[in-house]
Amino acid sequence: MKKVFQLTVAIALLAIVPLSVNAQCKGFAKKMCKVELYPYTHDGNYHAAILTVGEEAELYKTFYSDQDYRISVCGAPGLPEIEFRIIDTDRNVLYSNKDNEYSWIWDFRLEASQQLKISVKVPTADGLPEEIDGGCVAIMFGVNEKN
Amino acid sequence: MSKKSIQLIPVKFTALLLIAVLFAGCGSDKKKNGSDEITLSETELGAGLLDDINSAKQIFYSLPSPLETAMLIKSAGATYNEEFLNPVENTANYTTNRSMALNLGIYTTDLSFASLFDQTQTSIQYMNAAKQMADGLGILDAIDNNTIERLEENINNRDVIMDIISETFMSSSSFLTENERPALASIVLVGGWVEGLYIASSLVDENDQIKDNKLIGRIVDQKLSFDIVLKLLDESKDNTDVASILRDINDLKTTFDKITIKTSKIEVVPDEESNVTILRSKSKVNMTPAVFKELQEKVNVLRNKFIS
Repeated sequence: MKKVFQLTVAIALLAIVPLSVNAQCKGFAKKMCKVELYPYTHDGNYHAAILTVGEEAELYKTFYSDQDYRISVCGAPGLPEIEFRIIDTDRNVLYSNKDNEYSWIWDFRLEASQQLKISVKVPTADGLPEEIDGGCVAIMFGVNEKN
Repeated sequence: MSKKSIQLIPVKFTALLLIAVLFAGCGSDKKKNGSDEITLSETELGAGLLDDINSAKQIFYSLPSPLETAMLIKSAGATYNEEFLNPVENTANYTTNRSMALNLGIYTTDLSFASLFDQTQTSIQYMNAAKQMADGLGILDAIDNNTIERLEENINNRDVIMDIISETFMSSSSFLTENERPALASIVLVGGWVEGLYIASSLVDENDQIKDNKLIGRIVDQKLSFDIVLKLLDESKDNTDVASILRDINDLKTTFDKITIKTSKIEVVPDEESNVTILRSKSKVNMTPAVFKELQEKVNVLRNKFIS
């Protein structure tokens, strides 16, 4: 009977944990990442995931000519500084926040529309508490209205 | 930079929980001191599971949102024409998840377009239309009566309106993603993208020259996003609604394939004064007027299929 109870609790927790984690991730993205976009306007798209230490994520997006963009990539406190790179279709690295004190934001404008890749990584780091292996990482974009 | 505290996700805890369920489900007899406790080695289990997790790279495909689409159309010199929006009276026709998701994207693009041109009453009507679609999809609280009231109170404040649109779109997409409905989230995005393409191509006059036409330039640029549309839908192709949209939208591929865009190598030019880095490059587009007309016609057919 006790085993059945444990199983029920475990299944219930497994069902609930991803939902609460996702909701927590959205709350984090909204409160911490979105504010970094100001004075740009958040485009409304939402990209966030739970990444474990050492894990990478990639985002593909077309950026349009003569449009000002701000990218904001942020990770939950306690995670190591999040690395992000902007890479073109020829695999040239156009920007790496590692060279800019792991800044969460980067402002840019393209003269010709391009499809670019944003590569995000939670680097391994010494001294990270063993029980903390992952956390929320969000990627958001801001745009400026042009008249 | 301040970072507000958020509870981190102990992956090993989830792993332990998963293993616990598996052990219990398999009827494991592993007991300790006569009790039903399961003894697990956290180190061994954590290392193996984390290796598997780490080997999987997460991929996101991002389409221009309805707000960005509307901004791109406006900045290309478009004029406002309400005739090209999906009439709000059509909301009653949308009763399936497929049609409601497509038209949530479509109405959000129309709302963004109307708002950018300061069409206050139309903006409120389209926010209500988007709300009906979101309600129909069971998207809770993304657009509630407070949202409409806030929109009405700030109808002359463009920044607040943009923020409300962005917020509601984010809430809708995240709700669908969080509730294991990513296929519908993709359909919403594709609906919005097609609406933007439709509005832009409808605003081009048949006598307009292709060369140096900014609006046509924006439409041609969608060849780059079309590739992302296909990949995004392909991720959920097992969903019957996505599969049918994929079939419909694939009709555009043959036409986009007739357009060539050649881009030179990107030169990165930082501007220390403005802090905006310029990614300098040139692109050359090859497209005949006949191909553009073909694209216009196909977009028209596709969009009318989505709103009917």
